[in-house]
Amino acid sequence: MQPVYLDNNATTRVDPLVVEAMLPYFTEQFGNPSSLHAFGNKVGAALKKAREQVAALIGAAHDSEIIFTSCGTESDSTAILSALECQPERKEIITTAVEHPAVLTLVGHLEKKGYTVHRLAVDGKGRLDLDAYKALLSENTAVVSVMWANNETGTLFPVVEMAAMAQEVGAMFHTDAVQAVGKVAIDLKNTAIDMLSISGHKLHAPKGVGVLYLKRGVRYRPLLRGGHQERGRRAGTENVASIIGLGVACELAQQYMEHENTAVKALRDRLEAGILAAVPNCFVTGNPDDRLPNTANIAFEYIEGEGILLQLNKLGIAASSGSACTSGSLEPSHVMKAMGIPYTAAHGTVRFSLSRETTAEDIERVIEAVPPIVARLRKLSPYWGENGPVENPDQAFAPVYA
Amino acid sequence: MWEYSDKVQDHFFNPRNAGAVTEANATGDVGSISCGDALRLTLKVDPETEVILDAGFQTFGCGSAIASSSALTEIVKGMTLDDALKVTNQDIADYLDGLPPEKMHCSVMGREALAAAIANYRGEEWKDDHEEGALVCKCFAVDAVLIEDTIRANNLSTVQEVTHFTKAGGGCAACHEGIEEILTRVMAERGEAYAAGKAAANAPVLTTDPEKLAAAKRMQTILAAIEAIRPNLRRDHGDIEVLDIEGKTVKVRLVGACSGCQMEAVTLAGVQQKLMEATGEFIRLVPVHAAAHA
Repeated sequence: MQPVYLDNNATTRVDPLVVEAMLPYFTEQFGNPSSLHAFGNKVGAALKKAREQVAALIGAAHDSEIIFTSCGTESDSTAILSALECQPERKEIITTAVEHPAVLTLVGHLEKKGYTVHRLAVDGKGRLDLDAYKALLSENTAVVSVMWANNETGTLFPVVEMAAMAQEVGAMFHTDAVQAVGKVAIDLKNTAIDMLSISGHKLHAPKGVGVLYLKRGVRYRPLLRGGHQERGRRAGTENVASIIGLGVACELAQQYMEHENTAVKALRDRLEAGILAAVPNCFVTGNPDDRLPNTANIAFEYIEGEGILLQLNKLGIAASSGSACTSGSLEPSHVMKAMGIPYTAAHGTVRFSLSRETTAEDIERVIEAVPPIVARLRKLSPYWGENGPVENPDQAFAPVYA
Repeated sequence: MWEYSDKVQDHFFNPRNAGAVTEANATGDVGSISCGDALRLTLKVDPETEVILDAGFQTFGCGSAIASSSALTEIVKGMTLDDALKVTNQDIADYLDGLPPEKMHCSVMGREALAAAIANYRGEEWKDDHEEGALVCKCFAVDAVLIEDTIRANNLSTVQEVTHFTKAGGGCAACHEGIEEILTRVMAERGEAYAAGKAAANAPVLTTDPEKLAAAKRMQTILAAIEAIRPNLRRDHGDIEVLDIEGKTVKVRLVGACSGCQMEAVTLAGVQQKLMEATGEFIRLVPVHAAAHA
C-alpha cells in the first residue's frame, strides 16, 4: 500500500525537478564558485539565477537582499543577534509565546545574558492582541521577531501590520516565515519587514539550505565572518547544489501557489470535515478563519497523541503530534498551552500537513483510518466510559500527582 | 523517533488486560495529566490468600505507557500482594526488553500504580515520593529534580561531582551546559557563585594515552602491510619475518631465497617504501641477519 505523507510542515519531499537541476553541480560543475577555472565557471551564474528566483517568490526589491544560509534556524539566529549587535543601547526583544524553538530557545538564552524578552500571549484561537503589542513597543525595543505562520496550527500572524508598528519606534522587525513562504503571497518590497527567514526543505528543496532576507539599508552584523561569500555577510563556501535546488523550488512554489490555496485547501477542508463528522469529542485548534491552506491540527480529547501516531504509522500514514511524549519533554506543545487547550486535549493533538503532492485518495484513507484508532485508544483511557467520556471526567479520574 | 522493542510494540498494539476489572477490590490512580501520562490499575484480590486473581488497566498516555501498563498486569496476575510489592520498575522495563531512557518514567508509573492499588486494598494511604523534572542527561535518564536535590543534599559544586553522585553527564557530555545551569541556580541559593574552572568543563579523561593509541595503530598498519608483501616474496621462494617493532623502527629478517640474495638491499628498500606508504610516516627498516641474531 502506498504510504500517505501528511507531515509536510515537518519537511517535504524534494521535487524531482529540483533534484534534476542540482545533479550537475555535484559531478560536472563542482568547482568552487570563487575559482577562476572551467570547473566552476557556470556556478556563479547559477547562484545568481537562484538568488533571483528566491527574490521573485518573496517580492524582494533587489536580489542582493537574499543571503543564503544553512537552515531556517541559522537565519533566525543571525537576524536576532545582528539586530542586538547593531543597537547595543536597545535591550528589549518582543516575540510571541508560540514561536518555533529556533527563536524561543535563543531569546531564552539572551534573557539569561541580561536582555528583556516580552513573549506576546495568544487567545484560544492562537491570535495576538495588537494593543498589547503596541503597548510593549518602545525605544528600548531592539528587535521584534514574530512568525508569519505557526507551524503547529497554521495560524497566520499580521506581520505586515506589526512590522509597520515596529518601524514607528525604530525597532527592527524579523519574521520566521519558513511555513508561510510558498503558501501565502509575500511582497516584501511593499512592507516594513527588515528580515525574513526561509528554510529550503519546507518547500520541496533539500535540507541544509536556508535564506535570510535582509532589506537593503538595514544595519547588519554577520554571524559567520570569514571569506567574501554572500558579500561577506555569511562566510563559508556556498552549498551550491542546494542553493540552485532552492532556486528551482521557489520558482515551482510560485507556480503552485494558487493550487495550494485552492486544491490543497479543499483537501484539507475535506479531511477536517470528514474526521470531525466521524469522531466525537474532537476539535480543530488554531484560527480556522486565517491560517495556512495545508494545515489541520485536530485535538482528540482523552487520549494521547503518540498512541495515535504509532497506530497511523502502522497503516502507512505519517502525521505529527503536539504531545509531550513525541517532543521528549514533559509538557505538551507550548503552542497548545499558550492557547489554553486543556491537558486532556493538548496531549491528543495531531497535525496533518498536506502538500501539492497530497491526493484525494490519501485524504479518504486517513478519514477512514482515524475513527477506529481513536475509538481503540479511548477504550484504554480512564476518562472514557462505554459510549463517551465518563461523567465529570476531572473528578472521576484524579490521579495522585496530577 | 523512539526505538521501541518488539515487545513494547506488541503490548501497545495488542494490550493485555485492558479495561477495568469487574468486581475489583483494589484501585490505584497515579500519573500526571500535565505530563500526559496517567494510569488506573484495578485488581481483584482473593481476600483469603491475598493472591491477585485479575488485573486490568486504563491508561491515558503514550505507546510505552500503555505497553508498561499492559506488562504490569501480566506480571502481577497470580502473585500474592507481598510478592507483587517486590516488583520493581526495572522488572517492568526488562519484561518489555527495555525502554528508551526518556520513557523509563512509564515503568515507574506502573510500579507506583501497583503500590497505590495495594495500599488502597489494605486501607492504607499511599503517598508518592515521586518527583520528576525535565530530563537532563539522556544517556543515563537523570532528570533535573534529582540533580538539583543531589546538589543541595551533598553541597556539590562541580559538574564532575554531579556526575559522580548521579551519573548525569557521564556519557556524551552534551548535557553539561544544563548541569552547569542547575549548579549556578542551586549554588546561588547557598550564597556561592558557580565557577566553571577547568575541572568542570573538562572533557572526560581519556583512559588511553593517545600516544600509545597511535603506536598500537601504527604497529597494526605495519604488520598488515608486511602481510600484503609476503605473497610476492614467497613467489620467489623467499619470505620476511617481523622480529620487533619499536616506535618507527621495524626489525625484520629475510628468510629463504631472500636471505643473502644479492637483491636483498633492493627488496628491503621496496618493503620500507611500502611501509611508509601504509603508515604515512618515515619508517626505519633494520634487517637482522640470522647469524647475527642467533
